[in-house]
Amino acid sequence: MFWLLFLALLLVFAASLYIGAQRSRQVAGPNTHVLHSRPSYHGGYLAIMATVPALGLLIIWSIAQGPIIDGMVVGQFSDEFEALSLPAREAFLRDARAIAFGGIVSFTDELKEAAAQIYQNLYRISTIAMTVLMALFVVVGFRRGYSSIEPKRRTRHFVERAVMIVLIACSVVAIFTTVGIVLSLIFESIRFFTMIPIHNFLFGLHWSPQSAFAGAGEVVDANPEVFGAIPLIAGTLFITFIAMLVAGPVGLFAAIYLSDYASNTVRAVAKPVLEVLAGVPTVVYGFFAALTVAPFIRNSGEGLGLDVSSESALAAGLVMGIMIIPFVSSLSDDVISAVPQSLRDGSLALGSTKSETIRRVVLPAALPGIVSAMILAISRAIGETMIVVMAAGLAANLTINPLEAVTTVTVQIVTLLVGDQEFDSAKTLAAFALGLLLFCVTLTLNFIALRVVQKYREQYD
Amino acid sequence: MTDVAASPPAAGAPSQGQGLHTSDAARKRLKARYASEARFKFFGIAAVLTAAFFLVLLLSTIVGQAIPAFNQHYVTIPVDLSQESLDPNNEGEAVLRRVDYDAVVRNGLRSLFPYVESRGDRRTLGGLVSSGSAVRIRQEVLDDPDATIGQTSFAVPLDDVADLYFKGQVSEERFVETTGEASPTGTEGTIQILSTANDFRDLLADVKDFLGEQADEVERELASRERSLERAEIDIVSYRDRMPEEGSDRREFFEDQVQILERGINGLNANIRDLTAELADLRARSTAAGADEVLTTELPSILVEINGGVVKASSINATAVEGEVIVPLTTTAAASGGDWSIREVVLPERNRKLDDRSLIYLDQLAADERVERQFNMIFFSSGASREAELAGIWGAVVGSFFTMVVTLSLAFPLGVAAAIYLEEFAPKNRLTQLIEVNINNLAAVPSIVFGLLGLAVFLNTFGLPRSAPLVGGMVLALMTLPTIIIASRAALRAVPPSIREGALGVGASKLQTVLHHVLPLAMPGILTGTIIGMAQALGETAPLLMIGMVAFIVDIPATPVDPSTVLPVQIFMWADFPEVLFRQKTSAAILVLLAFLVTMNALAVILRKRFERRW
Amino acid sequence: MSTTNVQDAAQDMSQQAETTTAHETAAQSSQAPGSDVAPGGTTITDAPPDVIKMKGRNVDVFYGDKQALFDVDLDIGERQVTALIGPSGCGKSTFLRCLNRMNDTIDIARIEGDITLGEQDIYDPHIDVVELRARVGMIFQKPNPFPKSIFENIAYGPRVHGLADTKTDLEEIVVTSLQKAGLFEEVKDRLDAPGTGLSGGQQQRLCIARAIATSPEVLLMDEPCSALDPIATAKVEELIDELRENFTVVIVTHSMQQAARVSQRTAFFHLGILVEVGATDQIFTNPRDTRTRDYITGRFG
Repeated sequence: MFWLLFLALLLVFAASLYIGAQRSRQVAGPNTHVLHSRPSYHGGYLAIMATVPALGLLIIWSIAQGPIIDGMVVGQFSDEFEALSLPAREAFLRDARAIAFGGIVSFTDELKEAAAQIYQNLYRISTIAMTVLMALFVVVGFRRGYSSIEPKRRTRHFVERAVMIVLIACSVVAIFTTVGIVLSLIFESIRFFTMIPIHNFLFGLHWSPQSAFAGAGEVVDANPEVFGAIPLIAGTLFITFIAMLVAGPVGLFAAIYLSDYASNTVRAVAKPVLEVLAGVPTVVYGFFAALTVAPFIRNSGEGLGLDVSSESALAAGLVMGIMIIPFVSSLSDDVISAVPQSLRDGSLALGSTKSETIRRVVLPAALPGIVSAMILAISRAIGETMIVVMAAGLAANLTINPLEAVTTVTVQIVTLLVGDQEFDSAKTLAAFALGLLLFCVTLTLNFIALRVVQKYREQYD
Repeated sequence: MTDVAASPPAAGAPSQGQGLHTSDAARKRLKARYASEARFKFFGIAAVLTAAFFLVLLLSTIVGQAIPAFNQHYVTIPVDLSQESLDPNNEGEAVLRRVDYDAVVRNGLRSLFPYVESRGDRRTLGGLVSSGSAVRIRQEVLDDPDATIGQTSFAVPLDDVADLYFKGQVSEERFVETTGEASPTGTEGTIQILSTANDFRDLLADVKDFLGEQADEVERELASRERSLERAEIDIVSYRDRMPEEGSDRREFFEDQVQILERGINGLNANIRDLTAELADLRARSTAAGADEVLTTELPSILVEINGGVVKASSINATAVEGEVIVPLTTTAAASGGDWSIREVVLPERNRKLDDRSLIYLDQLAADERVERQFNMIFFSSGASREAELAGIWGAVVGSFFTMVVTLSLAFPLGVAAAIYLEEFAPKNRLTQLIEVNINNLAAVPSIVFGLLGLAVFLNTFGLPRSAPLVGGMVLALMTLPTIIIASRAALRAVPPSIREGALGVGASKLQTVLHHVLPLAMPGILTGTIIGMAQALGETAPLLMIGMVAFIVDIPATPVDPSTVLPVQIFMWADFPEVLFRQKTSAAILVLLAFLVTMNALAVILRKRFERRW
Repeated sequence: MSTTNVQDAAQDMSQQAETTTAHETAAQSSQAPGSDVAPGGTTITDAPPDVIKMKGRNVDVFYGDKQALFDVDLDIGERQVTALIGPSGCGKSTFLRCLNRMNDTIDIARIEGDITLGEQDIYDPHIDVVELRARVGMIFQKPNPFPKSIFENIAYGPRVHGLADTKTDLEEIVVTSLQKAGLFEEVKDRLDAPGTGLSGGQQQRLCIARAIATSPEVLLMDEPCSALDPIATAKVEELIDELRENFTVVIVTHSMQQAARVSQRTAFFHLGILVEVGATDQIFTNPRDTRTRDYITGRFG
């Protein structure tokens, strides 16, 4: 229904565009120069007048009607609901809605059928009322707009202001997204921290939320001792460290080689190679890690008589490193290229070799930029999910042996949230607390990196 | 320090300086400097080659795995789809729907193998074709009854392991030339085959070698157990030594540890005993020259084809085998050398999914020219399935398509509008600064956090459907938005101010200038950025896991609100299945995904090249 | 930041290509009446230097397909200042960059002919370019101190060449170089401050100090004062005059007054041709080529 009405509004919009333009030509007479604004603006003016109020109504009504109707149904069955627990009430309403509008019904009885009937009626009334009201809005808006079209009317200003409002609204989406992320994470995290004290979460050494509950689905007091995030943080940092051990030197040297040594032909081959590496989806890297790299490391480890886990931190870290190589190299390439040629010339003219120039002049000059590239790469590695989900372990071990399995923050978020979830359990909410942790850490790192890079840019601009 | 007169050589006159850079010492230093230069350059080359090596390794692994998955084997079986047997009273669809098509497949298969009688063997036989065969026949009958009813044969897909057998991926096989005359002692049941020559000698030696290798392996295992045992004993001693010095709670902990270790030692000892016995047995069997050897499922299989039948050997010596007849022989007459053959399936039966009996049945189907290799249409046209041979990516492709449509239709207008505002109109104030900081930070937020946002806001607060491309598209749109905004702003910034001044100069309003003149010129850049953003979104997995797109969904989604999955998530799910064919299909799905991504990126490159303008 | 000397050279070249016609017309018109005009490519040479430090013979330079220098013969006298003058795009910077092979850093540049330092052909394949540049230092148009401390800037050359064995030696080199560059008194209290924090003139003198710290035999200066204010320029010019005692200096300059003030010999380049070379006094008071005369009297350039 929503989309049907929306479509109708679109039609009205298009029609008003045309009618408004025609009307302005009509009022202008033979001499269109008397119009302050071009006819198309009059059309836009009329279209906005006719449809925007109705559109607003449509959106607000559609959002509001669900909860209001739910409330009315609950009111009808208040006696029966007394006896039910909160989840049971929700299940009841869910089933009633499913009976009324189609969907998966767990089981049905007379009471639910009755509720479904009420649902259907209320929705029908609501839809009719909304449609009528919208039609009214359209007619009134259209008439007011139509009658006010006259040559002197500054409809261009009106339309341009409307467009500007739309543009600003679009820009603000970025803020809303951040606010949405922060609020949803904080909100759920607070619920989590009411169950599990925050110090247990941040400083606890033991993580096994699966063992927090006695029986499936039964809400029992969660044991705060099993929500210690330290092993996850340690595991995340450990894998990140291994990844940076690979990506840092390889990426940096590749950038140096490409910016200062490589001939044009080499560059023409090597840059696309790095771009392809950068464009490979992380799930592919994960598959590669789980299927090729991890068994290879295990087999070669066993060949040396070492005990290697099939989900070793080394495999996940190594592949994550490969993934980050192009990231490091392209960021470093940018900063290395930004070092003025005059500095290189100055150094070469003193009789230093290319490598001396790079090591002693270019790299120190580019250092802030390189540092920020590395920070961004670390932030990227910390937030990377698929590789570790597919190649790292699930058990939270506190170890520094790269051949053992460790788990990471992102792996645990995925494990806790994929599959059946009850939204009130500490187990599910823990994922949001981990998400908040992740968000804060990466945000801080990005912020530092951007600051460093900004300082660096100022130096040479 | 202030003594100018005592100037070092550095400040000397040219005549002094002459030797400074050309002296032997300087030359020597120079040599060392060039060595370090070469090293440095080598590191650079090594880094680039490392990256290239990883790319080649990644791609070759995936392509190598994916290629077999693009083909699939079908077997043509006789079927009874006559009008009389399906729908004798010509009642149409209602009846056709209820026919037992499983029986149709079963009977068809049995008619090809009249000698297969026992229940277990029949089950083996039924397992050779895909369990979806009946469904396929049913579908065909219902879709086009006129053409299908009356058909006497039907091509059905083979089971995944059988499919792999024909792709040569089950086991290495060896055929042995025969020289002697072989005489079987019967045509059915357990028989012996005696050869006049030492036709089985090499095979026997093979088997002994194999036993020897097994013994080596057991020995290694034994050694590692013994090492563990030693370590545990040392640990116990050290715990005992330290116990008296520790406080009571530590001591308790130590005692616990010692107990755990002792239990472990008991287990290890038992294990070591077993292994020692096994080792002795294996060694004895492998070294006893020429003795009869019993062929267990842990040893290579030996199959003898003679007189139109097949015998699976259960024991072997140099000149004879004893074994069970799997395909009955036509006669007990002696077969001369070359007319009968021996075949060794190297991988022990226990270590493969396809037993010897299935293998022999499949060979017969192939010999009858009933097995056919076809392009794997199922892979491209089906949705997900638990059966490897029936699983396809079409559902995921459609899901990805819907998701991308939603993402594009949200992110593109929003991103371009935001870029226009920020680049062309925004005053420098707190709000716009805040927006800029936000965009930069959002670009670097881990994708999984967007998934959490989608879960908490779109699913739990707004109550949108789980697993729907609509929600996936919304989440990905928020994720791609910064990319598009940043690229669009760069494209707008690249349009020279002279264009704007020109338009403003003829009396266009600011908005008209931007919409009529600046935006069209910036469009190629904007589109390039958008395509790159969409390519990112297409490959994204983690946020979609959060909003339930990881569910197992067989049906092809018809609208963006139907539950569905997307290509990368499908890859993620398949990667978890143990079947070899699933692993190959995962690689094939990756290739399809990469093909889409490469196409998109190529499009972006072409766009950039084609419309690149230098001002 | 973006104007580097490499780009300058390339830019000079392209400017030259663009302005060729105009200049040719000017040159032709000025050539027509006079009979004492040397035909293009033949250089009028006066008063050869007493001791020749560097020698260029038949030097042609190409950037890709375009030729930037035509058959240049020029001698650089030891321990004197040679100024290269001419309108922009005339090839004077190109020639200067040939003298320590800085043109090697431009992929498309190609040099033909012979240039010798002392007795050595510097384009001989056996010649080591690093060693050459240690012997022939260069100062650039825009001061380019490294983003390091003043001390480290000057210590850089001696360090990479291993000229100082001990820290004391190094400090001594730094101090002497700064004194020679006339900068020591201004910066002696802040040797640890970043070199980029100095004023433009100080930065350029820092670059000169940096160059002389490696004890080169020849110093090339590519319009060293073009980015400086008049007071700083005066100081640098004074310094160049003093450097003549110990070093052979070749300076490219846009300003004829500067050439007149600091140099002993002057070479006039035009459209990639070395038109005239001789004692500075003579070039400025009595040029023999009409083009030289037109240029120094301000009729073009």
